[in-house]
Amino acid sequence: MNPEVIRADFPILDMKVNGQPLVYLDNAASSQMPQPVIDRLMRYHTSEHANIHRAVHYLSETATREFESAREKVRSFLNARESREIIFTRGTTEAINLAMHGYGRAFLKAGDEIILSALEHHSNIVPWQMLAHEKGVILKVIPMDDDGVLIQEEFYKLFNANTRLLALTHVSNALGTVNPIKTMISHAHQYGVPVLIDGAQAAPHKALDVQDLDCDFYAFSSHKLCGPTGIGVLYGKAELLERMQPYQGGGDMILSVTFEKTDYNVIPHKFEAGTPAIAAAVGLGAAIDYLQAVGLENIDRYEQGLLDYATVRIRELDRIRIVGTAREKAAVLSFEVEGVHPHDVGTILNDYGIAIRTGHHCAQPVMQRFKVPATARASFAFYNTRSEVDRLIEGIIRVQGIFQ
Amino acid sequence: MSDMRMMYQEVILDHNRKPRNYGRIEGANHHADGHNPLCGDSIHLTMDMEDDLIRAVAFEGEGCAICKASASMMTGAVKGLKVGEAEDLASRFRGMTTGTLDMKDEQRLGRLRVFEGVKDLPSRVKCAILPWHTLLAAIHSVQAASSEGKDDPIQEA
Repeated sequence: MNPEVIRADFPILDMKVNGQPLVYLDNAASSQMPQPVIDRLMRYHTSEHANIHRAVHYLSETATREFESAREKVRSFLNARESREIIFTRGTTEAINLAMHGYGRAFLKAGDEIILSALEHHSNIVPWQMLAHEKGVILKVIPMDDDGVLIQEEFYKLFNANTRLLALTHVSNALGTVNPIKTMISHAHQYGVPVLIDGAQAAPHKALDVQDLDCDFYAFSSHKLCGPTGIGVLYGKAELLERMQPYQGGGDMILSVTFEKTDYNVIPHKFEAGTPAIAAAVGLGAAIDYLQAVGLENIDRYEQGLLDYATVRIRELDRIRIVGTAREKAAVLSFEVEGVHPHDVGTILNDYGIAIRTGHHCAQPVMQRFKVPATARASFAFYNTRSEVDRLIEGIIRVQGIFQ
Repeated sequence: MSDMRMMYQEVILDHNRKPRNYGRIEGANHHADGHNPLCGDSIHLTMDMEDDLIRAVAFEGEGCAICKASASMMTGAVKGLKVGEAEDLASRFRGMTTGTLDMKDEQRLGRLRVFEGVKDLPSRVKCAILPWHTLLAAIHSVQAASSEGKDDPIQEA
């Protein structure tokens, strides 16, 4: 994989910010789109758009075919058994909310327990908390150690006869920790407990196989894997989805409606009320094509090399603390510059054209665990380079110079 | 000069390093908490008022350099002012940092003009204004101020 060839596909990477070449290191928040995805969206809007699953005319049939073809691409990307196990949502957050309503709200009752982890993003905490308030469901949290690694012995202890769900992130957005989800899923299944995986941070970096993982739900967003915003996916095992209640009512999710009664459509349509983000789904399909052409294994290997390089370079600096030092990490580098608030780090780096994220990363419990209000986070994609890492290091040295 | 160098000049860095009036006033008759959820900036303000005269203000808490320096300079700027004067100054500060105040003939803000550059850093405006919101909350004995909701300077600007 040659990053210079890859970079040529991403027009935004050529821009300048504050007179400096952009160094985009906020990929864990949202990644950039390559030209083939942008072109695909343009083609959809210029020659393929109409509403789907409705009319008999040419454009509607074209749009329907392309939308359903995107679903098939997602199926292949996840190696799901059937494309009807792929539900389009607005993103990971909506996917988790769908699971909470359709599964949690339908089947859980007071006293039932859900296991979460200390690494979760707010989007895999708050929906379950809403359920807890509504139903009297109890939330239990897998703790982590000082490296940001979940403590497996503690995880095992959380299971009992009342455990009904494990909702777990694949990769931590704040620290980069990769959880050993396959063994954790297998452990939960020994207790008959289904597992939802928040894959928002893993899908852009790892080759996925939901059949091999045997997870019951897997959620991710398009805009973190070089696709457009406004579309995401909930994968669910067909037998679970069929038992679940719809999340929203409306058009497209019905077979027949009278004022007395509605018969719901089959999956996945039962969960896709209303006109979806058709163009965005088609764009996601194109993004998946692009990532698969580059190769997820190549992407993973390249990004690991970049993370290793960045970790070595940042450790050469004085008065820097890396937050999150798990052995298995995705390309996320969360750090503190001693004596400098992360927001000041971010503002000064921005002046040099470097985009990082600063703040709590929507993972306040993670920040509380490490006793920091916020961190600076550089997150890498396969279009980043070692010379961009060097620019980041120079930027941090300038921050330290200003605040010395 | 770039936005960054305009913001992180020596006056601000110095107030960040050695904030003035840092701590609590014992027996203060007014106080308020200010919180900026974006940054995690959090300050506690205590104030000694006699009728409508601000005798002294102190602050403590954690925050970014812009917030801490703003709080430090605010405590100095309002000491000895009447409530009406402090409110006028807060309003001018807000106008300056949101870019709505005509700075050409502005006299009152004095050294607080070092924060003018923040108007070009929309994500940081709240950091600079938070201490002033907290001051107003303390004057009016409202216990908590926030950079969000109805006090969001970006929405209003």
